[in-house]
Amino acid sequence: MHNNLSNELVRRVQADPNYIELETKRNSFGWSLSILMLVIYYGYVLMLAFAKPFLGTIVSGVVTLAFPIGMFVLLSAIVITGIYVNRANSEFDALTRKVVEANR
Amino acid sequence: MIRALLSRAAAVFAAVVCFAGSAMADEAIGQTQKQSTNTTAIIMFVAFVLLTLGITYWAAKRTRSTADFYNAGGHITGLQNGLAIAGDYMSAASFLGISALVYESGYDGLIYSIGFLVGWPIIVALMAERLRNLGKFTFADVVSYRLAETPLRVLSAVSTLVVVAFYLIAQMVGAGQLIKLLFGLDYNVAEVVVGVLMILYVTFGGMLATTWVQIIKACLLLGGATLIALLVLAHYGFNPMALFADAVAQSPKHEAIMIPGSFVKSPIGTISLGLALMFGTAGLPHILMRFFTVADAKAARSSVFFATSFIGYFYVLTFIIGFGAITLVATNPDFLVAGTKALKGGSNMAAIWLADAVGGNLLLGFISAVAFATILAVVSGLTLAGASAVSHDIYASVLRKDHDGDSSELHVSKAATVVLGIVAIVLGIAFEKQNIAFMVGLAFAIAASSNFPVLLLSVLWKKLTTRGAVVGGWLGLITAVVLTILSPSIWVAVLGNKEAIFPLANPAIYSMPVAFFFCWLFSITDSSAQGQKDMAGFEAQYVRSATGIGASTGSSH
Repeated sequence: MHNNLSNELVRRVQADPNYIELETKRNSFGWSLSILMLVIYYGYVLMLAFAKPFLGTIVSGVVTLAFPIGMFVLLSAIVITGIYVNRANSEFDALTRKVVEANR
Repeated sequence: MIRALLSRAAAVFAAVVCFAGSAMADEAIGQTQKQSTNTTAIIMFVAFVLLTLGITYWAAKRTRSTADFYNAGGHITGLQNGLAIAGDYMSAASFLGISALVYESGYDGLIYSIGFLVGWPIIVALMAERLRNLGKFTFADVVSYRLAETPLRVLSAVSTLVVVAFYLIAQMVGAGQLIKLLFGLDYNVAEVVVGVLMILYVTFGGMLATTWVQIIKACLLLGGATLIALLVLAHYGFNPMALFADAVAQSPKHEAIMIPGSFVKSPIGTISLGLALMFGTAGLPHILMRFFTVADAKAARSSVFFATSFIGYFYVLTFIIGFGAITLVATNPDFLVAGTKALKGGSNMAAIWLADAVGGNLLLGFISAVAFATILAVVSGLTLAGASAVSHDIYASVLRKDHDGDSSELHVSKAATVVLGIVAIVLGIAFEKQNIAFMVGLAFAIAASSNFPVLLLSVLWKKLTTRGAVVGGWLGLITAVVLTILSPSIWVAVLGNKEAIFPLANPAIYSMPVAFFFCWLFSITDSSAQGQKDMAGFEAQYVRSATGIGASTGSSH
């Protein structure tokens, strides 16, 4: 049904040092950034739920602390995406190319 | 000053077109603004329709194979796909709905926007590339890669159709009401216009036309929203502090609009909504399909970055627009139902009336046309996703899995598009007077509770078996639907009962764990031969998902 990779090819790729490096780096980077995003977002949600007076502190004029914090969460989603994409499109793709070339 | 200029420009613009005579005459005899507004809006909308039909004609000549129909042959670039994903996300519901939320309760609108955005880093870091490397046309390709095909295709197709149906109804009803109000068209006529145009785009132009309609609309919407926000800020000498200060002074809620308020009364409810918004995105079939329209993993990743940036920017604009409506719309009796504080047409019209307030008729007409275009583009994407589930997952992969050749599959997908379009028109008319507020939330909850868990586990967890995926996926779907029926939004608002059996507006905090738990339980206790086969297939699938070896690439011309 699918043109499945042969067992031999799978084992060869799994033993390729470049593949091992790619997997280790990419997994730890991907999971770290995902967890960072979860911590930032659910930290914000918990503040909304339990620290409302703190968020209501006036920063300037009528603007409360909730504004810069909300903007920080919004921007962090864009920045974290950008950081991952930037590294994946250069470093991880270079490693992937090496793995693919070596295991045609 | 700017407003006067724009009104002048609107008048000149109107004069060069044939409708001008009647529009000017109406204004001369002191008709309400709505008459001439309709003309501008209709001209702009007709221009959009002609342009998109032209694109459909162009796309139709390039859409020959099944692959062209489902994924535009894999030729969409990262930037184009990013705009299209952003366009799918910036539906009329989120443009009008979120600016209305800011208009009504100030800061709380931002909380909603943030929930919609924070899922993307996780999608790009853990899923986008693997999906691109494993799938061909639909996300069911990915979940059935190593698991038994028939039960998973059926599960995916059903949950796709359920998600698409709820999302479609919400968009169609919104479309009808908006068009009735802005263009003075009859509700039923509006439904038919939307349905027929969407059928034309999708059946003739496939994914290529659907993507370009979405891209054009995304640019128009981003441009229009930017213009409104700039005009609002110009009103305050480009000093946002002055805007906020004026909003606090003008709003009946005063300082309360500057802090998180009633929206977050229940912490559990907030977390539950956050879960649905965050992970639902990673399970929406019409969004997932877009990862298969680009050439490779790199383009898939780039498109997420572009999409996230555009969406984030758009939410900042809706925030300014909502505050602008507090100061410039709510204070102007022209936009209020006589003798009340309520907006004409309801709070959802805040952004539309703000366009009138800061830019006069021309901007009002433009934004009305863009809102209509937005609905068209989003329903087209949804219909394509639904039709693919029918033709690719059910027809080609289950009913005719032993047959080859893709000409009949293409016919089925086009027929399915026509049927879905007709169903959408009928449902849109049937639900005209119903309370549909729960529908988009439910679509996200189902996506987060069925598609997302099965997709994530099948790609990352070796021990997931067919049995686990099927039991967990169905239970997640059923739990999400049943809890929504028992929640205030249906049990009370639609069925008219006094008190809801399930207290939360969004079920994700329960239905997502249900799906993950039963996927896990029924996988680890699975000792069947199929289960062994499922696990044995993991290594090969994982290597392909990680490297793209063996993956289909966009064919080159």
